[in-house]
Amino acid sequence: MSRYAVDLGAPAWEYAPAPEARELARLGTVPQGRLFIGGAWVEPADGATMPTHSPATEEHLADVAVAGPADVDRAVAAARDAFPAWSALPGRERGKYLFRLARLLQERAREFAVLETVDNGKPIRETRDFDVPTAAAHLFHHAGWADKLDWAGLGPAPRPLGVAGQVIPWNFPLLMLAWKVAPALATGNTVVLKPAETTPLTALRFAELCEQADLPPGVLNIVTGAGATGAALVRHPGVDKVAFTGSTAVGKDIQRALAGTGRRLTLELGGKAANIVFADAPLDQAIEGIVDGIFFNQGHVCCAGSRLLVEESVHDAVVARLQHRMATLRLGDPLDKNTDVGAVNSAAQLARITELAAAGEAEGAERWDTGCTLPDRGHWFRPTVFTGVAQSSRIAQEEIFGPVLSVLTFRTPEEAVAKANNTPYGLSAGIWTEKGSRILWLADRLRAGVVWANTFNRFDPTSPFGGVKESGFGREGGRQGLAAYLVPAGEGGA
Amino acid sequence: MGSTLALPGVDVDPRDAARSTAALRRLLDALPGVDAWGVEKRAATLATRSIKRESKAAAIDLAIRTMDLTTLEGADTPRRVRSLCARAVRPDPADPRVPSVAAVCVYPDLVATAVEAVVGTDVLVASVATAFPSGRASLAVKLADTSEAVAAGADEIDMVIDRGAFLAGDVAKVFDEIVAVKEACGDAHLKVILETGELATYDHVRRASWLALVAGADTIKTSTGKTATNATLPVAVVMLEAVRDFAALTGEARGVKVAGGVRTTKEAVRYLVVVNEIAGPAWLTPDRFRIGASSLLTDLLLQRQKLTTGVYGSADRVPID
Repeated sequence: MSRYAVDLGAPAWEYAPAPEARELARLGTVPQGRLFIGGAWVEPADGATMPTHSPATEEHLADVAVAGPADVDRAVAAARDAFPAWSALPGRERGKYLFRLARLLQERAREFAVLETVDNGKPIRETRDFDVPTAAAHLFHHAGWADKLDWAGLGPAPRPLGVAGQVIPWNFPLLMLAWKVAPALATGNTVVLKPAETTPLTALRFAELCEQADLPPGVLNIVTGAGATGAALVRHPGVDKVAFTGSTAVGKDIQRALAGTGRRLTLELGGKAANIVFADAPLDQAIEGIVDGIFFNQGHVCCAGSRLLVEESVHDAVVARLQHRMATLRLGDPLDKNTDVGAVNSAAQLARITELAAAGEAEGAERWDTGCTLPDRGHWFRPTVFTGVAQSSRIAQEEIFGPVLSVLTFRTPEEAVAKANNTPYGLSAGIWTEKGSRILWLADRLRAGVVWANTFNRFDPTSPFGGVKESGFGREGGRQGLAAYLVPAGEGGA
Repeated sequence: MGSTLALPGVDVDPRDAARSTAALRRLLDALPGVDAWGVEKRAATLATRSIKRESKAAAIDLAIRTMDLTTLEGADTPRRVRSLCARAVRPDPADPRVPSVAAVCVYPDLVATAVEAVVGTDVLVASVATAFPSGRASLAVKLADTSEAVAAGADEIDMVIDRGAFLAGDVAKVFDEIVAVKEACGDAHLKVILETGELATYDHVRRASWLALVAGADTIKTSTGKTATNATLPVAVVMLEAVRDFAALTGEARGVKVAGGVRTTKEAVRYLVVVNEIAGPAWLTPDRFRIGASSLLTDLLLQRQKLTTGVYGSADRVPID
């Protein structure tokens, strides 16, 4: 039997570094210090710029323009000028532009994936296999709708709203652009878009795609900048519709500012989703779903499954398996094709995650992380799980927006629902059980815009996405997403 | 890790399950379900691992070392088996650093020929038995088949389970047959073929895996290579999870063999990645993992040469079996 002796002396099989080529990002050609307004690259009125850095290495990538109020004026005016012709185009013609943008994005997918990874810090596996393909899918989906709006169930000959001012976050820069721009353009609106302060590069690159696609000048305008630029855009009286994805605090601020103006608003804000695991769950897949739910994109996901609600009888088994699985997560160079967990997007976000994790410990929860080695430079946080978390704890209540999971337990389905709903947010939830009737029972009772069953963090352009309560209102994707950019049947306007 | 990977709801000691049909059923019924979409997504994600340079070189040699070089044709002759054995011992005559494969795998009547051909080398002789591939014969015939192969010198026996009995719910019959064949094996290593293509669902694969492990399988094997659906990556994930969890529960490390349809280095490397990340690096050894294949060796050797020459050569540059 010695022939079958345990061969523990065998050296571990290490994966050699497999970096994607950084040159593909063509950083040298990123339009620096300029805004995309009226189909032209223009300098901001006061010439202001701001740097953008690589979160993984802290190296300086580019200096992009900061749009001031005068530049926002100019962009809104360009969008206003473009609106009559664009909205009067037959839907089929608008669809052609969107199909063209979708195809161009697919053709240049690798370039966009690398650029997004360099600017955002997320792993190339995600930008390559999720962000860019899903962005293209949203463009294709809405391109198909452009000439079929009469049949969308939104009334006869639905009309666009006008100029849309859109402000997007840094966690999925290109994908959020596609979520916002595709439905707006398909329905005949024109757009002024402001990408996030720390991740402007793929939006600028997308403006180049618009040039390549011969999109008429002014239909899509891109103004980079920080919070002040976004504030100027969403408050601009020339904007008919504001769409914002970001924090609940900023969302409330925008809603206050727009109250009484008659301008339309959709908000997609924070979340503190419950991922609910029952004792009869498909265990190994549930573990994967928990990992996907909270460590996908370093937990920088508004619908992240940041609260694990696990049936008490299987708590220990689930946590042990989860930790075992987390130990195999590969954290490091986001450009390495084998990296599972990349860099935290900014020093400020890292500070917030660190502060909340410390609060969790101070409140008596038990902290465990993978203990993996962190790179010397850049912003990093180890995948972390807290057990023994009280419902009243800050890490069970507040959105951490990082790779930190809080584990709570429940005894009955009623208790699971009560705890899952006990949050000001209501964006998403997950249910893991092999019992179909229980899935339906829970889905009826969970107050969340999206409920996943035996999966988590899945997105499709045909499926409406959005929240309830302090996670916002309005939907993106599906038929419902079109409604956010059209005059409701029976109403005047535009 | 040890017992920390306990399965929720599984309060049956696998050793008790081996002693009573009721306990065996309780164990199998308590196993968590497998969500098909989830396990396929997990496998697809692992398949995107990028294995380059020195890790690819190590993987190629590991794939060779874990290979059961197989010929299971009605047209097999002693001469062909001897030729296969020569290739198994020294896959690339031009490069003595290329390791031998783990074993040759032949039909029972050719075991003696193979044993003679590999004597004095590290290459083992495996034989399919138990009325391979269908298993549609009496237990007495299956045991005689096994005993003859062992008597002829087989180091390893690849048996098939009675899929009909399993699908009909007669787990006791499947279990008893494995136990009986294991006994007939004596010191020979027993691989139990589940024929996962015929079991059809991942839930069945998981239950059959545990059934075979409890019954004493040294290795659980995906398929015979004689049906339309052979080894797949998600099936390997489910079987490796079973072996991993069985080890955590009992302290006994058993093996997994994937067979059928693995033809390229790329596919073989994907299986090694799955072994590495699901069961763990301790399973990256011929004692615990095997790839049953016939044509795979040619591509492995050409890819190995490419690592040094930079050129993927003509198949005429490596010997056929």
